[in-house]
Amino acid sequence: MAWFKREAGELDTSGEKKVRTEGLWVKCEGCRQIIWKKDLEDNLQVCPKCNKHFRIDARTRLAQLLDDDQYDTFADNLSSTDPLQFSDLKSYSSRLETAQAETGLTDAVINARGKLNGQPVIVSSMEYAFIGGSMGAVVGEVITRAIEEAQKTRTPLIIVSASGGARMMEGVVSLMQLAKISAALARLDEARVPYISVLTDPTTGGVTASFAMLGDLNVAEPGALIGFAGPRVIEQTIRTKLPAGFQRSEFLLEHGMLDAVVSRKDLKSYIGRALEFMAA
Amino acid sequence: MRASHHSAFGVQVTSGSRVVNVGLVVTGTDFLLSMVESRWAARNGDARKMDLQLKARQELEKIEQQLSRLQAAPGQNDDLRTQIKQLNDRIDSLRIEVSANHDAWQRTELARHPQRPYALDYIERIFTDFSEIHGDRGFGDDPAIVTGMARFQGQEVMIIGHQKARDTKQKVYRNFGMPNPEGYRKALRVMKIAEKFRRPLFTFVDTPGAYPGLGAEERGQAEAIARNLREMARLQVPIITTITGEGGSGGALAIAIADRVLMMENSIYSVISPEGCASIMWRDATKKELAAQALHITAKDLSELGCVDSIVPEPEGGAHTDHAAAADLLAESLKTNLAQLLKMPVPDLVDARYNKFRKMAQFFRVEV
Ligand SMILES: [Zn+2]
Repeated sequence: MAWFKREAGELDTSGEKKVRTEGLWVKCEGCRQIIWKKDLEDNLQVCPKCNKHFRIDARTRLAQLLDDDQYDTFADNLSSTDPLQFSDLKSYSSRLETAQAETGLTDAVINARGKLNGQPVIVSSMEYAFIGGSMGAVVGEVITRAIEEAQKTRTPLIIVSASGGARMMEGVVSLMQLAKISAALARLDEARVPYISVLTDPTTGGVTASFAMLGDLNVAEPGALIGFAGPRVIEQTIRTKLPAGFQRSEFLLEHGMLDAVVSRKDLKSYIGRALEFMAA
Repeated sequence: MRASHHSAFGVQVTSGSRVVNVGLVVTGTDFLLSMVESRWAARNGDARKMDLQLKARQELEKIEQQLSRLQAAPGQNDDLRTQIKQLNDRIDSLRIEVSANHDAWQRTELARHPQRPYALDYIERIFTDFSEIHGDRGFGDDPAIVTGMARFQGQEVMIIGHQKARDTKQKVYRNFGMPNPEGYRKALRVMKIAEKFRRPLFTFVDTPGAYPGLGAEERGQAEAIARNLREMARLQVPIITTITGEGGSGGALAIAIADRVLMMENSIYSVISPEGCASIMWRDATKKELAAQALHITAKDLSELGCVDSIVPEPEGGAHTDHAAAADLLAESLKTNLAQLLKMPVPDLVDARYNKFRKMAQFFRVEV
């Protein structure tokens, strides 16, 4: 349920980081081929050889979805008060400081108002590089405000998830964000304002078990890890290796848990089409 | 707002085995852990209280040994009987001292006590005419969640509860109280029946968490939980939830969006188990006491964080010592809360429920 992967934060560097920092080329984890960085960028950070979708940051996502990369952000000045004064081997407050310095964000999500194929939309775009995109009180509040703004202005809502789930360092405070967001989505649903949930790699834990699965449509990028429990927890529980492709987008589609798996290059037009259908 | 710490882990941290995994950082980790522990102890400032509690526990053990020797002695005279009485009195006062200072890990053990009353134990003592309802109408029936119609002091009500078990065969049958998606879907189905016939809903939470299994993922564990959260938020009947034992994360929350959320005195409610948190954050499952404390999982913690509405007292020593007394205390609290909720018009009730969760757990500051 809760997020935290040690290797993600401290010891390992994410694939995303390699893309940004390693000169002119990058090795694709999907096909093990060397790809020119420029080719990857021109292809929306999708491997031109094997279609592996590299993780992208919240701002890149907004740039890809919103017309002319034009948008206003809102609710962008909230930061965590560290409600439990949590400290393990490292204090949570120092983890927050590091994440803020690295991402230039106050927490793991950006709210934006903009247009998608000419239609006004509100987008909450999650930032995986900020403590694994985990959801604490700030993410919960910022997403709730996006929902409220969508309802108030009757503007379609898109939430792009990229998160390991609830933020363990905020304990039960993070758990209660699931309740708050889901309650707000009940009201949005009753107001008949469209909500498209976009699930990207990875979307797990409390984020999947709340807003990511509550869209009028739930669509995912190819190959994204999507689930409730993490694969390692499941392996420990059932004491066997998981089958290949387990908890990937295509697996969920096959089991009826997603409305569509859509390639990054088609995502904007898919959402645009859906919003035309749903518009009053 | 900050929850106060009342832990005794200062006396326990040195005992657990040291870092067991992660060759990379073992030496550094050992050192860091000792720093963290001393910082925790300093922050809690409870060293004196911890010592007192430890002493109380040690003394209690000694007296109990003495007492059993005395009681076993043949030919008791008045003198001996007086001594035994004095010892018994001392035991009582020490027990109170120890109990008043239960820390997060001790509460966790009480919440998981094998003799702790489970949903069906409370149902049979608090309600009458329980008629179970089975199945999700889609895949199967999940014995880890029981649902059904019942009467509460004459009033028709719907009940949903996680169900654990005591013997091995039953434990397996109940899947240790860890529901699969069909359990949550059965719960939603009976919520809708309650709504249709305007009957109040009582839920009882006691689960380590939603089951992290292969089939559960295939059948949409996350979707089932998410849907319940949304639907409970707008269900048009009064809902009272009681956390009776373990409130295990999303698997608990999925039946716990309520007008009143009560926590039994020795129950816990957490986003992750102390063991899970310890193995991830401390890289050592034996740091569970430390993790339990850090996570703020006791009824008192949740109450101070504003995440539950009230705490239901348990019989001295815990609910497992006296199921009937625990049920009576809970029934009393349910009665009071239901009476309050029944006075409210339903639209006001649902608005109040929304506003409660909307304002809950707002811990952020606005940067300028
Ligand atoms: Zn490739």
